[in-house]
Amino acid sequence: MDIHTLTLAEAGKQLKQKKITSRQLTQAVLQRLKSVEPQIQAFLSIAEKTAFTQADEADRRIAEGGDISPLTGIPIAIKDNICTADAATTCASRILENFHPPYDATVIAKLRRAGVVFIGKTNMDEFAMGSSTENSGYKITRNPWDRERIPGGSSGGSAAAVAADAAIAALGSDTGGSVRAPASYCGVVGLKPTYGRVSRYGLVAYGSSLDQIGPLTKDVKDSAIMLNALAGHDPQDSTSANVPVPDYTSACGKDIKGLRIGIPKEYFAEGIDPEVEQLVKNAIRQMESLGALPIEISLPHTEYAIPCYYICAMAEASSNLARYGGAHYGYRAKNAGNILEMYSKTRAEGFGTEVKRRIMLGTYVLSAGYYDAWYLKAIKARTLIKRDFELAWEKTDIIAAPVVPAPAFKIGEKSADPLTMYLSDIYTISLNLAGMCGISIPCGFSKKGLPVGLQLIANIFKEETLFTAAYAYEQSAGFFNRKPPL
Amino acid sequence: MEFEPVIGMEAHAELATKTKVFCGCSTAFGAAPNTQVCPVCLGLPGALPVLNKTAFEYVIRTAIALNCTITEKTVFDRKNYYYPDLPKNYQISQNYACIGYNGWIEINVNGEKKQVGMDNVHLEEDAGKNLHPETGGAESLVDLNRAGIALMEIVSRPDMHSADDALAYMETLKNLLQYLEVSDCKMQEGRLRFEVNISMRRKGEQKLGARAEIKNLNSMRTALKCIEYEIKRQTDILSNGGKLNQETRLWDEASSCTRAMRSKEQAQDYRYFPDPDLVEVHIMPEWQEKIRRQIPELKDAKLARFIAEYGLPEYDADILTSSKPLATYFEQCQKFHNNPKSISNWIMTELLRELKSREMESDDCPVTPRHLACMIKMIDEKTISGKIGKQVFSEMLSTGKMPDVIVTESGMSQILDEKEISAIVEKIISENQDTVESIRAGRDKAMAFLVGQIMRATRGKANPQLVNQILKDKISIK
Repeated sequence: MDIHTLTLAEAGKQLKQKKITSRQLTQAVLQRLKSVEPQIQAFLSIAEKTAFTQADEADRRIAEGGDISPLTGIPIAIKDNICTADAATTCASRILENFHPPYDATVIAKLRRAGVVFIGKTNMDEFAMGSSTENSGYKITRNPWDRERIPGGSSGGSAAAVAADAAIAALGSDTGGSVRAPASYCGVVGLKPTYGRVSRYGLVAYGSSLDQIGPLTKDVKDSAIMLNALAGHDPQDSTSANVPVPDYTSACGKDIKGLRIGIPKEYFAEGIDPEVEQLVKNAIRQMESLGALPIEISLPHTEYAIPCYYICAMAEASSNLARYGGAHYGYRAKNAGNILEMYSKTRAEGFGTEVKRRIMLGTYVLSAGYYDAWYLKAIKARTLIKRDFELAWEKTDIIAAPVVPAPAFKIGEKSADPLTMYLSDIYTISLNLAGMCGISIPCGFSKKGLPVGLQLIANIFKEETLFTAAYAYEQSAGFFNRKPPL
Repeated sequence: MEFEPVIGMEAHAELATKTKVFCGCSTAFGAAPNTQVCPVCLGLPGALPVLNKTAFEYVIRTAIALNCTITEKTVFDRKNYYYPDLPKNYQISQNYACIGYNGWIEINVNGEKKQVGMDNVHLEEDAGKNLHPETGGAESLVDLNRAGIALMEIVSRPDMHSADDALAYMETLKNLLQYLEVSDCKMQEGRLRFEVNISMRRKGEQKLGARAEIKNLNSMRTALKCIEYEIKRQTDILSNGGKLNQETRLWDEASSCTRAMRSKEQAQDYRYFPDPDLVEVHIMPEWQEKIRRQIPELKDAKLARFIAEYGLPEYDADILTSSKPLATYFEQCQKFHNNPKSISNWIMTELLRELKSREMESDDCPVTPRHLACMIKMIDEKTISGKIGKQVFSEMLSTGKMPDVIVTESGMSQILDEKEISAIVEKIISENQDTVESIRAGRDKAMAFLVGQIMRATRGKANPQLVNQILKDKISIK
């Protein structure tokens, strides 16, 4: 039996019923990982030894029958920008090569307590800056559906690993679409929770006001199980919200009769691939057939989302990444004659091109004389974008949209033109700016056999609505049963 | 042409909170390097700050006491610059919405009352310390124990015009902060630091000249020397037709002068922007009111109470309340032994003289309130004389021993035994018959000579009242 193909819910059930052990499951997943890894290159480090220790510990817990969570004994992959006390955390950057954090991120501590088996750290765009995972300082991850193509980014390693059954589920982080976009490109489910729903403590910051950790899973129910474990207030994160955490799995299975689905006209304007447009519209029609009520809405400030996002994110990044200067940890350039040279050489040698580009742009928009013209304007635009959503919620319960304008592009295709690459974030970044939650679920395949995702967006702390709608659609559409040709 | 100096000051006070401003690490002074640190104050990837509420309230308390307008919605901003003692290479500070604005403080300059305006009061984190080994070598070391300690910055308006103004301002501010119990203000431990902004202008003009900002002043005395130096330096340049540029200068203690550090053109652009890791803090009127009620007794109230409660003369009460630690010292003594006037006398003479010569704060003095009170009690109970008390005091100062221990060890107890004193008196009378005769003949002043002889014979331990009484009886006068 290919137990590595199990969903989290199924695997958890079989573990609980003692049909399988966590050691068996971990073995199967690691075996699969090793067999597909040469083709997809999803991992930066594999924690085989500690994984089996954790698996045995989980088996002991299950045997004792006491404190079992739905995640006990489940092999999970972690994006390499989430701090783990027992494994290097590099953010796919040379500047943090061999950096071992002395502490666990809050989400890692939560998963550890739940009895999760950590199988490895996944590849990503360096410091989560990118939409294709081509900006990794170490390797290029390939799309399991077509290895000539990108898996999306920046959580490309996590999405590819889940799609390839090389992990039962994975954690990613989403600053402008970095969970949802790779989920769409790789045909898995990716959730961007409400800002403040999941603690950021231990997530290496890119754009602090936008970053949010989210799960990548094989189906919607798994996503709900993961969010149950991740969500909640953290006194170590001032921006985490003290809002009660419901049981998200119970939202899966409710019907969607009368659910209002807003279709933002700005998201179906020029620039969208006709195949993607068709598949997303089909999905909306399918939901309508389940009793949902589609209505056209407008998010009029959408056109400002990309410039607004890149100014906010880069400004924050320029400051967040200032700490990598070689003084205290991480890479330090050799042969620096003085302190200034140490900083500039370390950063010149340690950071990749895209990271440097964003640091420079971010530094520029915060500089004296430009702050008002760029940063403050972006902050104002951000308020307007948020207002668009708030007005929309008066008319609709949920918003349906594409995730990305087109299916996965070829490796190297957009590398020479960062602006084109930035434009691929058009449908995902608005809700990071507004703090809303969103989910990407498979809604079909292009003629070339590449997965396409449907994005559902809900108001802050309305993840239950997302899960209800996503689950209803997923169960009736059934795309989750298709596996990539590996 | 006559010039007048225009002086403004920036004060940095480390707040007296047990833990740092954005994490739970200890703020205790003097620990081994890098032992009071955690992922947050080390600036490790992924770590996040959480505001220390007490530190924030201390700044509100200070802002209220400095008559500031309290900002309703405050935010923290990042001040971006690179330096190894700043682990994140940005400092969490306040720039766009400080806690307090537009206040004032009254200072007393040689009897004349003046007001100094306050531009703002805000909260930030302290940096660590770079250590450059004296043995030389290319490597410097960094101690991050201090990194993240709550630091309050108080920025004055350029309302001071002499070194005396500046001294009165520094002393008044230090005093107030100690009274507010927000900082112990120990300058020798760097817990209170001043920076001076100084420029010169023609007397009568309103326009400000190009200012020099001077850093690295680690005591009030240094600040004064620096101001005097700068007044002279700038006046000389202007008088000779020279031009001054806005610049940052560094005080060089070894050669007692300031040196140019960087010009306005080289000034850093700190690229302040709101810290997305921290949330807005709204200071509601009820919270302000609660903090206002928590303000401890300040100097004027304490002075009035010392007069009323302890029956002290105003002169004494004024000196005892001149600093919060001294007032506390007095009241602690009073708790051990109830004799306010005597305690006050000892503090105003012996204690203050020693503290001044040792440049020490009363709370660092080896003679604790318990020591002093216990000694005064021994005087009041006639175990020792006041004169012996002075010897005991200096012994306590050098050894830290309790007075009863010192008295026992060195046999300083007073002789109260009348028989013992009588024997000595008789001996002195027999040795000084001429003097006795002259006293009997009416030369009262010669009595003092005999008393002196008796005290010398007992090494000052005989009770003076008894000596006088017995001597008078023996030579049968009156």
